[in-house]
Amino acid sequence: MKPAPFDWHAPTTLAEAASLLARLAPEDGRVLAGGQSLLPAMALRVARPPHLVDINRVAGLDVLAVEGGLLRIGAVVRHVAFEKPVAPGPLGALLAEVVRHIAHWPIRQRGTFCGSLCHADPAAEWPLVAVVLEAVMLAHSLRGDRRIAAVDFLRGLLDTALAPDELLRGVEIPLLPQDACWGFVEVSRRAGDFAQAMALVVLRLDAQGRIVTPRVGIGGVEAVPRRLAVVEAVLEGQTPSAALFAAAAEAAAGAVDPMEDAAYRRALTRTVTLRALHQACPA
Amino acid sequence: MSERRITLAVNGQRHDITVPVRRSLADALRQDCGLTGTHLGCEHGVCGACTVLVDGRSARACLMLAVQAENLAITTVEGLAPDAAMLHPLQQAFANNHALQCGFCTPGMLTTLVELLAENPSPSAAEVRVAISGNLCRCTGYETIVAATLEAAAVMRGEAA
Ligand SMILES: Cc1cc2nc3c(=O)[nH]c(=O)nc-3n(C[C@H](O)[C@H](O)[C@H](O)COP(=O)(O)OP(=O)(O)OC[C@H]3O[C@@H](n4cnc5c(N)ncnc54)[C@H](O)[C@@H]3O)c2cc1C
Ligand code: FES
Ligand code: FES
Repeated sequence: MKPAPFDWHAPTTLAEAASLLARLAPEDGRVLAGGQSLLPAMALRVARPPHLVDINRVAGLDVLAVEGGLLRIGAVVRHVAFEKPVAPGPLGALLAEVVRHIAHWPIRQRGTFCGSLCHADPAAEWPLVAVVLEAVMLAHSLRGDRRIAAVDFLRGLLDTALAPDELLRGVEIPLLPQDACWGFVEVSRRAGDFAQAMALVVLRLDAQGRIVTPRVGIGGVEAVPRRLAVVEAVLEGQTPSAALFAAAAEAAAGAVDPMEDAAYRRALTRTVTLRALHQACPA
Repeated sequence: MSERRITLAVNGQRHDITVPVRRSLADALRQDCGLTGTHLGCEHGVCGACTVLVDGRSARACLMLAVQAENLAITTVEGLAPDAAMLHPLQQAFANNHALQCGFCTPGMLTTLVELLAENPSPSAAEVRVAISGNLCRCTGYETIVAATLEAAAVMRGEAA
């Protein structure tokens, strides 16, 4: 229950962090952010990195700002920062609702938004949010910066598009239009546990009250959270109704390929999708 | 170099210690500072027994390295009571309400709830339950812990319990 021995590096600039990673990544050196996933894995000896590059003292990684229609989130911004709306309109409210489902308060005060994306747990909340809201990941290394769309970033179970010597310096999320409606529903065994299934829905209604550009994402069921195009097609252009939402939820249950407990997870998928749709707009 | 000489500020006292970098803050508190009030149940973030305050904010001492705690003010359960003769109101309420039995979870319960009461002087029972949702107790069934917290909140607001 103690981590294997390692060496610890605490750079104070991004350039220093990038050159440490360039040197140590070939020996399985890893970034240490909040440590709320990596240190447990090391204590259990599932991970035994010989070097940790601790980014907590790197200047400039704590940015959390709205600029040019984007919310920018630096690498050491903690989960807890989102408990109060950090962006105007629906985006800030949505993030504030979602964050309450992530772990427990002490863990939220230490774990980071970007660390959650890099860890890429299938049942983690932020990766679902990133995919549905079309976030962009900013990867940094000695080779420079690289922009990666969330759908391409999340590659599989605990697997991302980051190269071993790259660090995620930040994430950008486009602000949601003022009239965007959203719903987020998660089922987990206890408060703060990882999701067994969760749905995030974002949509708008046109002047006639018809649904436009619906986005429906499911997390915790498959290896990677994803938007369900078939469900979005069911909703597009339609007038909200209980029957429509039931049909969409049914389509969601049919569209997922659960990693385990297939029948149960499909049933949960149906339930969370239905509830998230009703939360997003009155039927 | 996998050892560092560091200074920890714990409960207002300086501790100059030399630690392997892999040592958790919890182990450093217990082994190097001699403060065994901080308990370790799971060592991977799940049980909450090791919770301490870092600059007034609760954190899992098993999920922080001791070297990361340099220049931060750490408060452990030993630092909650104002002096040797008097308990913190929350500790007193725990005693009054039988909110501990074996006492293993108690240090983490107290630090977590001291932070809650500092931020929210009048929590509801539901808010207390959410606050300790990451703290496991195998003895009490939690009811007495919730009752003690509500009593302490009243005392700290200056109302008679
Ligand atoms: C008891 C418990 C319950 C939890 N429950 C939940 C939950 O319900 N939902 C949830 O989403 N999470 C949960 N978590 C995990 C928590 O949210 C973590 O904070 C998060 O998964 C990882 O963020 P971190 O900053 O702690 O990353 P770390 O643990 O420091 O790192 C995790 C991984 O990502 C890499 N990494 C981190 N940051 C970067 C970066 N900027 N660039 C490149 N690589 C990086 C690390 O090298 C490591 O491989 C829980 C954790 C615990 C201990
Ligand atoms: S010992 Fe730290 S949470 Fe269990
Ligand atoms: S009092 Fe024994 S675990 Fe809580």
